[in-house]
Amino acid sequence: MDLSLSDEQRLLGDAASRFIAGRYSFEARRTILQSTEGFSREIWREFADLGWLGLSVPEEFGGLGAGAVETGIVMEALGRALVVEPYLATAVIAVPLIAELGSQQQKAELLPPIVAGKSRLAFAQAEPQARFALDDVATKAVRTSVGWRLEGRKDVVLGAPWADHLLVVARISPTQRDRSGIGVFVVPSSAAGIVRTDYQTLDGGRASNIVFSEAAVPTDALLGGSEHALPAIEKVTDNAIAAMASEAVGCMQVLLETTIAYTKQRIQFGKPLADNQVLRHRMAAMAVKIEEARASALNAVLAADADPLTRARAASSAKVKVGRSGRFVAEQAVQLHGGMGVTEELNVGAYFKRLMAIDIIFGSPEFHLQRHARLSRQQAA
Amino acid sequence: MDLSFSKDELAFRDEVRDFIAKNLTEEARRGQRLTPSALSEKAVFGSWHAALYRKGWVAPYWPKEYGGAGWTPAQRYIFESELGLAGAPRLLPFGIHMVGPVIIKFGSQVQKDYYLPRILSGEDYWCQGYSEPGSGSDLASLKTKAVRDGDHYVVNGTKIWTTHAHFADRMFALVRTADTPKRQEGISFLLIDMKTKGISTRPIITIGGDHEVNQVFFDDVHVPVENRVGEENKGWTYAKYLLEFERGAGFRASGLRRELKELRELIARDRAGSVAGDESLASRLSEIEIDIDALEMIELKLLSDVQAGRNPGPVSSVLKLRGTEVFQAITRLGVDVIGHNALVWEPRRPLYGLNEPAVLPEEELAILPAHLDGRAHTIFGGTSEIQHEIIAKQMLGL
Ligand SMILES: Cc1cc2nc3c(=O)[nH]c(=O)nc-3n(C[C@H](O)[C@H](O)[C@H](O)COP(=O)(O)OP(=O)(O)OC[C@H]3O[C@@H](n4cnc5c(N)ncnc54)[C@H](O)[C@@H]3O)c2cc1C
Repeated sequence: MDLSLSDEQRLLGDAASRFIAGRYSFEARRTILQSTEGFSREIWREFADLGWLGLSVPEEFGGLGAGAVETGIVMEALGRALVVEPYLATAVIAVPLIAELGSQQQKAELLPPIVAGKSRLAFAQAEPQARFALDDVATKAVRTSVGWRLEGRKDVVLGAPWADHLLVVARISPTQRDRSGIGVFVVPSSAAGIVRTDYQTLDGGRASNIVFSEAAVPTDALLGGSEHALPAIEKVTDNAIAAMASEAVGCMQVLLETTIAYTKQRIQFGKPLADNQVLRHRMAAMAVKIEEARASALNAVLAADADPLTRARAASSAKVKVGRSGRFVAEQAVQLHGGMGVTEELNVGAYFKRLMAIDIIFGSPEFHLQRHARLSRQQAA
Repeated sequence: MDLSFSKDELAFRDEVRDFIAKNLTEEARRGQRLTPSALSEKAVFGSWHAALYRKGWVAPYWPKEYGGAGWTPAQRYIFESELGLAGAPRLLPFGIHMVGPVIIKFGSQVQKDYYLPRILSGEDYWCQGYSEPGSGSDLASLKTKAVRDGDHYVVNGTKIWTTHAHFADRMFALVRTADTPKRQEGISFLLIDMKTKGISTRPIITIGGDHEVNQVFFDDVHVPVENRVGEENKGWTYAKYLLEFERGAGFRASGLRRELKELRELIARDRAGSVAGDESLASRLSEIEIDIDALEMIELKLLSDVQAGRNPGPVSSVLKLRGTEVFQAITRLGVDVIGHNALVWEPRRPLYGLNEPAVLPEEELAILPAHLDGRAHTIFGGTSEIQHEIIAKQMLGL
């Protein structure tokens, strides 16, 4: 057993820290948020130059073929800087989904442009009625003489306004909740029959609600021709949860550092706030939560390629542990900053919001607690 | 022991209910529902204030001679509970609960005659100038200076977190008039016209995206000496008196009960059944309800003590502490109820003024900003840590 990073992984971490420190200050981020597009194409190009967009792309398609540990390293750095560019949607979700499901030809067409920073994708999965259940898919894919027709509605598709292609989860079989009969379709964002409502998200990103009505797509739009895509979707979302857990740890770490610095310099009653034992213990409790969250995230990262049950349990564990730790750390960081904590002037509020968003994406801690219980029963049986 | 109200009290409750039914408009209720921050704006509370004014119920707790209603503690409780249950907009506390009682107790006859009727009618819009960038929990360290120059004070400095300063006509402010070794002894209490030359305000946008608070700057602002309340350098005594009112200002349980009910209604509206069938939500709702039950019983106990002439002690700190925590638990649960929709950010304000459709349905619009702005409840009016300190000192003798 060895839980230390390899030299290469350490180098990746150093490069990520350097990039964030040099290119993604809170002010730089503010400028990006206030731009019309809401993200920076220049930063995206630099991600490509750094090799991050191809981090988990197999080498035969121009990527680095790295694993979940490397993705976690990059995600933690992105969390520290609250990067809004759609790294999660494109590099952490779309790439492995295409790699898992796609035909050789689809991979050859879709992956190299992603690696080069020329293509961004969004994952159109969540539906209003489903409440995080991945097998609850009402959007229909109907076979036609020339291909498929998509009908339905997807909510809160993260990064969709910036994406050239959508990966649309749709039901091929007639039953709304059925583990089989689900496919993933690659659809150009500009295709006919797609109406997008774009908006800002809680964490400064952009997303869309998307309605598909008689959206015609060709036969080869179905990834890998697979009508049984749910296991791959589950694997990719579990691994995305592990990656987001690493990102959350990055966010929490900054909140703790910021709170320590603030309470050391803010004087009330003639002494620094940090001299009050109750606040020192509060910060110690934050540190303990972060240690636990980091451990839980690592557990999920290391389970990325394990059997489905082990992997799913580790991902749901991380969702619960990281979610609860994130809430505590964020709420206490705000509280200990007093009035300053509840404004948009400090970055504390922005981290609070990103941690909230991470909490919601792919299901709340409560949802995953129930999933964990279900999986445990399954394992016992 | 007896938990029930008397026949007279029940009759009074019916009168209050009747008044609410006839005067609280759906528009005002909607405005309050769509207000994520602590206080609603005049467009929301204005008509309700006017109705209460006509009835003589704007400041029922003031002494009768100044326009109060002369109610018993039980009547106060009933009144506030019914307002909370009905979802009525909160009237601005700054005049009614804060500067009004101070003027009544310590003000000159001229000040009483001038200001009190204007608070009741709503003609004056007050804000509270206590906190400063360097002085929050440690308020007595405040630095905004007032230097006597003939029949004026010349005020220089800055106040921060001033709620609704951008709407207010007047501010009651604590200012430093002497550099005494004991800092509390060099503070005076001034009534300042916000239109005076030299005053400027800067908006501070909250984490929920709302413009509720401000920073206010004073640059050689001339305030007539007759606008001082009471004696020079005695302001801290008056401020402390006011803080009693601020903390004890509200019985909160009934309002929390209504907010919980609204959450239950939101859940019931879910046609797909995936929210309504979520058992984890059901048990969290019960947990909150149990907290509210306890809170309400503490309130009733307080009421019974006051009614019997017993000193209830620092229980108002207990109520502030738990009331705000329960409130935050409700807003957090709201976020969990709406699931993915909590990721949607509506940048436009005010929410009650939106006439173009939003991405979210109206009943979900305020949930996220209310949760975010709600974090302030354990900070303003004395932080939770300071409440614990008060409880440790005053209740436990530590
Ligand atoms: C939305 C909002 C509206 C407000 N409206 C008004 C208004 O209208 N007028 C006005 O005058 N003020 C207003 N305030 C200011 C409010 O009263 C202060 O924010 C509050 O007193 C806390 O002060 P601070 O923000 O400077 O925090 P600080 O006092 O700096 O406290 C920071 C943290 O340290 C903790 N802390 C401080 N001292 C101790 C101690 N001795 N022991 C343990 N912990 C400690 C606090 O609990 C807090 O967690 C408002 C604030 C907010 C957020």
